[in-house]
Amino acid sequence: MKRFTFFNITSLTLGFAFLYVPILILVVYSFNSSRLVTVWAGFSTKWYGELLQNQAFLDAAWVTLKVGIFSSCIATVLGTIAALVMVRAGKFWGRTLFSGMIYAPLVMPEVITGLSLLLLFISLGVERGVMTIVLAHATFSMCYVSVVVSSRLVSFDQSLEEAALDLGCTPFDAFKSVTLPIIAPAVISGWLLAFTLSLDDLVIASFTTGPSATTLPIKIYSAVRLGVSPEINALSTLLIGIVAIGVIIASLATKRAAVHRKRQEEAARQET
Amino acid sequence: MSNDPFQPWEDPNATPLIRFENVTKRFGGFTAVDNLTLDIYEKEFFALLGASGCGKTTLMRMLAGFERPTEGRITLAGQDISSVPVNKRDINMMFQSYALFPHLTVADNIAFGLKRSDMPKSEIAGRVEEMLDMVQLSQFAKRKPHQISGGQRQRVALARSLAKNPKVLLLDEPLAALDKKLRQETQFELMDIQEKLGTTFMIVTHDQEEAMTVASRVAVMNAGQIKQIATPDAIYERPNSTYVADFIGEVNLITGKITSDTEKTCEIAWDGGMITAQPRTKLAKGTEVCFAVRPEKIAISAKKPNAANAIQGKVHDIAYLGNISTYYVEVAPGQIIKAQLANDRRLSRRSFTWEDPVWLSWTDTAGIVLTE
Repeated sequence: MKRFTFFNITSLTLGFAFLYVPILILVVYSFNSSRLVTVWAGFSTKWYGELLQNQAFLDAAWVTLKVGIFSSCIATVLGTIAALVMVRAGKFWGRTLFSGMIYAPLVMPEVITGLSLLLLFISLGVERGVMTIVLAHATFSMCYVSVVVSSRLVSFDQSLEEAALDLGCTPFDAFKSVTLPIIAPAVISGWLLAFTLSLDDLVIASFTTGPSATTLPIKIYSAVRLGVSPEINALSTLLIGIVAIGVIIASLATKRAAVHRKRQEEAARQET
Repeated sequence: MSNDPFQPWEDPNATPLIRFENVTKRFGGFTAVDNLTLDIYEKEFFALLGASGCGKTTLMRMLAGFERPTEGRITLAGQDISSVPVNKRDINMMFQSYALFPHLTVADNIAFGLKRSDMPKSEIAGRVEEMLDMVQLSQFAKRKPHQISGGQRQRVALARSLAKNPKVLLLDEPLAALDKKLRQETQFELMDIQEKLGTTFMIVTHDQEEAMTVASRVAVMNAGQIKQIATPDAIYERPNSTYVADFIGEVNLITGKITSDTEKTCEIAWDGGMITAQPRTKLAKGTEVCFAVRPEKIAISAKKPNAANAIQGKVHDIAYLGNISTYYVEVAPGQIIKAQLANDRRLSRRSFTWEDPVWLSWTDTAGIVLTE
């Protein structure tokens, strides 16, 4: 069978073009020396330099990072606990309702989540700022963590935990020294997912933020409304670069671990 | 070594190490263990045998502490342990899946329980070394569980569960994941280790050969109750019910009625004729009984032999198993009796073949009369 037929190559090219040409244009124009976004006037890195001088953007990046780290940590703890309950507790009264409520934010329109949280914060009289964004992000990203962790827990051999108890562990010790290390990859990828979701969230953050806290997506969005500047292009290119490097490192690490494990298993098989 | 056979269950003064007293366990409406009473003595290798779902695993899990009895109590060395949590019991368990911790090395797996005991830190390494030696895995100490073979994993699991020197070791289908040859070797290893350590072992299995090989006593369970507890030979030769007779090994079960009841022997009338046997107790005339006789205790001959029981039939089928052959002989329309013959000569010299008329015979002590 011929793999590279004309049809295959065309559809592949068009598909990738659709996905990546816009991003490519953005990256190319971030090196444009002209202030006019659509006119190419030669190569330059000056916008990157200017970006580093722009205190407003740096502040926004710092707020985003803080929000991302705090909210993903809270979401990971809560999501893991929810997953444990859902997988382990068996049948209890209201289980279906409970699991539905955990997964509902996955399909809930962000506008509604944002609006309802805003109303809650107003009625409680909470001053809106970094804290409220953290809470809002933790709320909606918790369900993603819960999904990732519970899919790992379903295949977790429960006799491992029983063995730990049998060997003298308290239930908490068994969780800490056996269950957690084994499900750690799922917990970490849940954390990463929550962190990414928090980084690029615009809608919920703009509902729950106050004047003191502007996240990067809010900053970019409001800047773009005044016109696309090459600085924004440079900032976006940096973001793309950071995300791409992260993804490449993660996939390389996963692949290397798999190869390493396979080689060891091969060695064990030959010896016996 | 003393020549006294190890039979504490025959000694009325012996105190059992483990006692189940009227233990019942219900899961919702399902009764897994039904008012069960059982004594297990120190240094015993006790086997719980039964089909899946008979309650044997539940019984073991109650002893380990993973389940609590709904009614009744369990004592270990005279102390009620029904409410002692699993991590405080002096009982360890070897899991069917081995449950080795995949993120820890072989040595760390074995040390896991020791680190959580009151053993001083300085002694742990020595104890781990000792356990690795016992299961001959010293050179694999630094490996992770997925880097060793299935048989080695089984031995790590054994070493880990024995490291804390428990009063009782529970083994849940310990050899089910091994292939047949390795399983037989491991059975003898288990027996050696048990004998050397003197720890009380309780094994749960559905493999009757395994139970018969390793155990000092076997309990046959069905529907949450123990049908019989006896030594392996007594279970096989003197089953107390048709269930046990049928469950262990192959057996011919013939139902009939007692027609005469002299002091020693009785006559049983059935569809294929009369059977002479020796009942354990005197049975009244007309009692419905079941006569159980093992196929290997039935002889096959061409001419009518001089035996207490002889019956003529026709070879209906032959199952060739290599070392033995089972002959399915039709003695009356629809009545088949199995007889086994050792294949002590080559197959081509076999005396009987399909459709041959043969005589089946057995002595009056070969079988057993069951009323249950």
